[in-house]
Amino acid sequence: MSEQKERAVQNDQDSRAQALARLLLRPARGSVWQAILLPVLAVFTALIIGALVIVFTDLQVLNLYKDFFSAPGKALAASWKAIASAYSALFKGSLGNPAEFANAFNVLRETGDTAPLRQAFWPISESLVTSVPYMFAGLAVALGFQCGLFNIGAEGQIFIGALASVYVGYSVKGLPQYIHLPLAFLAGAAAAGLWAAVAGVLKAKTGAHEVINTIMMNYIAFLLSDWLLNGPMKRPGWAPISPAIQDSAWLPKFFPDPLRFHAGFFVALGIAAVVYWLLFKTTIGFEIRSVGANPDAARYAGVSVTRNFILAMSLSGALAGMAGANEVLGVNHQLASAFSSGYGFDSIALALLGKSHPAGVVLAALLFGTLRSGATRMQSLAGVPVDIISILQALVIIFIAAPAIIRWLYRLRLEREVGETVFTRGWGQ
Amino acid sequence: MAPVLELRGITKAFPGVLANDHIDLTLEEGEILALLGENGAGKTTLMNILYGLYQPDAGEIFVRGKKAEIHQPNDAIRLGIGMVHQHFMLVPVFTVTENVMLGVESMRYGLFLDRRRAAAKVREISDQYKLEVNPDDYIKDLPVGVQQRVEIIKVLYRKADILILDEPTAVLTPQEVEELFKIIRSLKAQGKSIIFITHKLKEVMAIADRITVLRQGRAVGTTTPAEATMERLAQMMVGREVELVVKKKEAKPGDVVLDVENLHVLDHRGNPAVRGVTFTVRAGEVLGVAGVQGNGQTELVRALTGLLRPETGHIRINGQDVTHASPREILEQGVAHVPEDRQKDGLILKYPVHDNLVLNTYYLPPFAKGLNLQFREIYNAAAERAYQFDIRTPNIYVPVATLSGGNQQKTIVAREFSRPIRLLIASQPTRGLDVGSIEYIHQRIVQKRDEGCAVLLVSPELDEILALSDRIAVMYRGQFVAILPAAEATRQRLGLLMAGVSAAEVAAAEAAPAAVEENPAL
Repeated sequence: MSEQKERAVQNDQDSRAQALARLLLRPARGSVWQAILLPVLAVFTALIIGALVIVFTDLQVLNLYKDFFSAPGKALAASWKAIASAYSALFKGSLGNPAEFANAFNVLRETGDTAPLRQAFWPISESLVTSVPYMFAGLAVALGFQCGLFNIGAEGQIFIGALASVYVGYSVKGLPQYIHLPLAFLAGAAAAGLWAAVAGVLKAKTGAHEVINTIMMNYIAFLLSDWLLNGPMKRPGWAPISPAIQDSAWLPKFFPDPLRFHAGFFVALGIAAVVYWLLFKTTIGFEIRSVGANPDAARYAGVSVTRNFILAMSLSGALAGMAGANEVLGVNHQLASAFSSGYGFDSIALALLGKSHPAGVVLAALLFGTLRSGATRMQSLAGVPVDIISILQALVIIFIAAPAIIRWLYRLRLEREVGETVFTRGWGQ
Repeated sequence: MAPVLELRGITKAFPGVLANDHIDLTLEEGEILALLGENGAGKTTLMNILYGLYQPDAGEIFVRGKKAEIHQPNDAIRLGIGMVHQHFMLVPVFTVTENVMLGVESMRYGLFLDRRRAAAKVREISDQYKLEVNPDDYIKDLPVGVQQRVEIIKVLYRKADILILDEPTAVLTPQEVEELFKIIRSLKAQGKSIIFITHKLKEVMAIADRITVLRQGRAVGTTTPAEATMERLAQMMVGREVELVVKKKEAKPGDVVLDVENLHVLDHRGNPAVRGVTFTVRAGEVLGVAGVQGNGQTELVRALTGLLRPETGHIRINGQDVTHASPREILEQGVAHVPEDRQKDGLILKYPVHDNLVLNTYYLPPFAKGLNLQFREIYNAAAERAYQFDIRTPNIYVPVATLSGGNQQKTIVAREFSRPIRLLIASQPTRGLDVGSIEYIHQRIVQKRDEGCAVLLVSPELDEILALSDRIAVMYRGQFVAILPAAEATRQRLGLLMAGVSAAEVAAAEAAPAAVEENPAL
């Protein structure tokens, strides 16, 4: 009898252990490939449509289409040529020319001269340099999205960060680099963090929508920087440019000119890792994401929604400020008005493309940096205007925002994501 | 004569589930067919197939003896099939007429909306079926029960004679359910055929001519209310014996845990919702708060849990004043809260099950060390709770949104019950759940009571209140009009109190028993 009972208890324990093991068993994870399939297809589709735009904006090619029915080959060949020259110029302009690399290595072997090699590496260095502010600003917008906040103010926050960094960079003197550089960098982050916190506080305390407030604060930031660069922070001379920063505030460069590649790239990767850790591994991130996913449930669970709005907005601003600090301390070493070519606005698209995930943002930033820096070369070599990049970006956003198009185009039966990311909520909530 | 509607061998598979497995179903003209089944049994899938929202993988549909191809709702409407969805599809800022016209606008000169003609038609339908809907009212001003009637008018306006009602009583108060039943009977009397989808046994017994029971995607049987008993139906539905009555021992009330004094709370529009409520709940007892929805229960619970700031009055938990405490401070007093709206307040749907199971304890050891979440601990605790509370989920990593309503509720219950708690505030803990889950959650609540927890149960379902409570308070227009020991609370007495009849009048009415009608349907 007692033996039977023991066996029953044993069976119970076995079935419990089995059930627990089943509950804890991770399902075969959809590979990383699956996660990035949609963005990759979005970019690919954008490039194809971009190719059509290249063809249809080229008057010479278009003229050939008048005779399409008599000589279709001619029109098609010209189209192909236009597309190929544009995209190959984009490629060479962003990643480098393979022939140039081969030649440069030959010169190096024969004469020991590194100048051609540096020249060959120049495009890829430029791409990486351009992608760094995108990483910071993209992380800023992504972190906002994770909390359900739409930070359109990254551009203004970049200016504020740059102003603070450059000020600390040129006015503080006599400090060693290991103190001066972090000080200048963090000054930019802190200033922009405080700047963005204003929008966070307004949202938390009055319900004022952060989209409106950050847009308006952009203008304040632009005009503030104009005034400062024309007044208190102006260097001697006529141009609205700040004094150059001290050498001790430079982000270290690794190669001689013309390669501008600097340590900011690694700082950005490090910050991306920190943001990942913060969002997904800590209680702070748990709260931020909970508020973003369902503020009612977050409040129910004892999370302060208002506190997290302010916190997330400040962190977002600080990240955007780092983009400004990076440009000042790593690239320009001074601050001129209108120095940012819309990094803050592009980063919204970039955060969407990266699905508001730090790893995705880093990849998307590399892509955007590459496209941006290659576009200049494309314009000079192939005569295709830089604006084609804006068109590509716009197309990417459309496809990311309306994934149904991509699913339909490629006959994908992707599993629909549950509760797709909330990017922003209605007014005044 | 051929049945008005016949489904043969309808099969529909979704990834991982066979939602409908060769289901046969017939609907005769002028009958009320109840489609009974637990959540996830495939009722709604079947009806969505009939309404053209899904395409079946196999099977055929015959309408009045003719094979029908239904590819989209318009095909269904053309065949005279109309559907009243569980979640209303109405534009709040439009009038009744405008909502009814939407999609089938009648026009003057092909350009202008002919509101007058449509309104006349709406009035005619309303009168014909005794729906009592004013065509010119705005939807946002109408109570839920009337909004539902607008949905019915929409269907009738489109000349449907086969009506599908998907869980129509889920959102209604007992009184509104009774009115709905009258309407359904009047529809039937005028020759309409009705499919009534539900998981509530009492309703089926009260209204249906025939009952088809679905279980796990299969039609397990068809019967009639005359032949079946509730126990038998429950068994068919769940596939095993079900305890319809909660067994519980005598309560042993201990110290006062919750002490509320003259509490006043405003609702989100700034109108007084709770108007001077005073009561206590002791350890080891269940205080049930009965009342028609919208009489201040929601605001009372939100004030008690720190989600809404009381205007005046005092709330004490374990002797500590928590009148203006934050939700977290109240949670940390050992208060568990099963919220009224589980998807809005209780869960983060896109979070995995394991995160939802630590939604309010994630920051405490062992789940966090400093800033760092301890995932090993979280996973192990989550698996343990999912096992203990029988949450049916493939694993703890799937989003809680993928679970059925019953399992979502169990997730909340598991989370709230596995903390050390001294007060449980449960608001409609079994709303929208199937028999099996209701049985389970009721047992757990009684178990908590027996462990010495104080329980405040708020529910518009009288059955639930009567089954679980040791004392019963009736809330009407923001006040407790009576607090009775459970032994003295009869169904009719509570019903009268809920309707606003004063305690003295109730006593008078009971002296003349003929005046009180017992309504077995409620």
